[in-house]
Amino acid sequence: MARITGGIATSHVPAIGAAFDLGKTEEPYWKPIFEGYEFVKEWIKDNTPDVVILVYNDHASSLMLDIVPTFALGFAEEFESADEGWGRRPVPVVKNHLDLAAHVAEQLVIDEFDLTLINEMDVDHGCTVPLSLVFGEAEEWPCKVIPLAVNVTQFPTPSGERCWKLGEAIRNAVKTFPEDLNVQVWGTGGMSHQLQGTRAGLINEEFDKRFLELLAHEPEELKYITRLEYLRETGTEGIELIMWLIMRAALGYGVEEKHRFYRVPASNTAVGHVVYETKS
Amino acid sequence: MPRTRLYPLEDLEDIPGTKVFTARRSRQGYHLHKFCMSLMKEENRKEFKADERAYLDKFKMTEEQKEAVLERDLTRLLELGGNMYFLVKIASTDGWSALKAVSSMSGMSAEEYSQMMQSGGRSPEGLRSIRDKN
Repeated sequence: MARITGGIATSHVPAIGAAFDLGKTEEPYWKPIFEGYEFVKEWIKDNTPDVVILVYNDHASSLMLDIVPTFALGFAEEFESADEGWGRRPVPVVKNHLDLAAHVAEQLVIDEFDLTLINEMDVDHGCTVPLSLVFGEAEEWPCKVIPLAVNVTQFPTPSGERCWKLGEAIRNAVKTFPEDLNVQVWGTGGMSHQLQGTRAGLINEEFDKRFLELLAHEPEELKYITRLEYLRETGTEGIELIMWLIMRAALGYGVEEKHRFYRVPASNTAVGHVVYETKS
Repeated sequence: MPRTRLYPLEDLEDIPGTKVFTARRSRQGYHLHKFCMSLMKEENRKEFKADERAYLDKFKMTEEQKEAVLERDLTRLLELGGNMYFLVKIASTDGWSALKAVSSMSGMSAEEYSQMMQSGGRSPEGLRSIRDKN
């Protein structure tokens, strides 16, 4: 049977991808950020999953204009890195695990999540920056990736509570997949940041650190944070944190926190990153 | 029975200096955003750079939106239905960093803004609610 063995959460700031691609990881501005990922780069070598279900949001690259799905599962064999205005990131193609994706889609719909399936799309920094941070430079990504895109931009977005329930449903879906697979769920985006208006540059370190603490030990406390509260406390783009709840709920109750990292800033954003292993 | 909302919808307009990207705003910005997304192709970026006005005229944007694009007035574009994830593609086409683009709306110079970020960012204190002034 397939099982979820671990989870990773990380911010997915595009400038981190650019710094990575341009070989700036040793520069004084970027070095402390990349150092925060040294742990996971080692950890993943011993814990390479067969499949990652990668929860992210599309940033007006493939979605958000003509169609705005609340939860959308990538269903192509593979996904190329999107050209977001400065050329495609030179990273490997993301390859899907279609059998698991099909099973998850089936089970999620049974669980009353009216999922959108996407037969063609490119994946942007939301998906590729976490892969680069965890796997470093690679000829090919060492596992299959099922992209799960969440609308966190155009209101109404889903609520944190709904994301939590989706995570629980993903957990149940993976558990019932007959093939032996080691699956991780990654939640990306956040932490506090606002990219617009006169409140641009907002960072709420106190909120972020409390979020990291509760996520590890009392995650259910987080699911009742309203969308309005995310906007007020963490900025208009800080609401991406609801995607971390999908990851956390998919892992089940007990997790062992292997790593926690927080740093301000990367570009306009507070960077947060955690690594969890499931117990049992 | 419909479920009760956890907060009044109007409260989304109660955050200082912030335009929450609602479905209505998205509709207002639709053609502007169609232009922004066209900049994801190199040949379109070249065509836009060669004659910005002529390129913009290919889209069903309002005159105000076109002028704001020509002036790179992101604050105005937000008022006209824009969302930063689309607008940043204009900035990328210009070779601006996201930091520079975002700082242009903040009322600060790019240097001041960058310095503020390096010092921990902008505190939410006093910027949570227009009504409650907290």
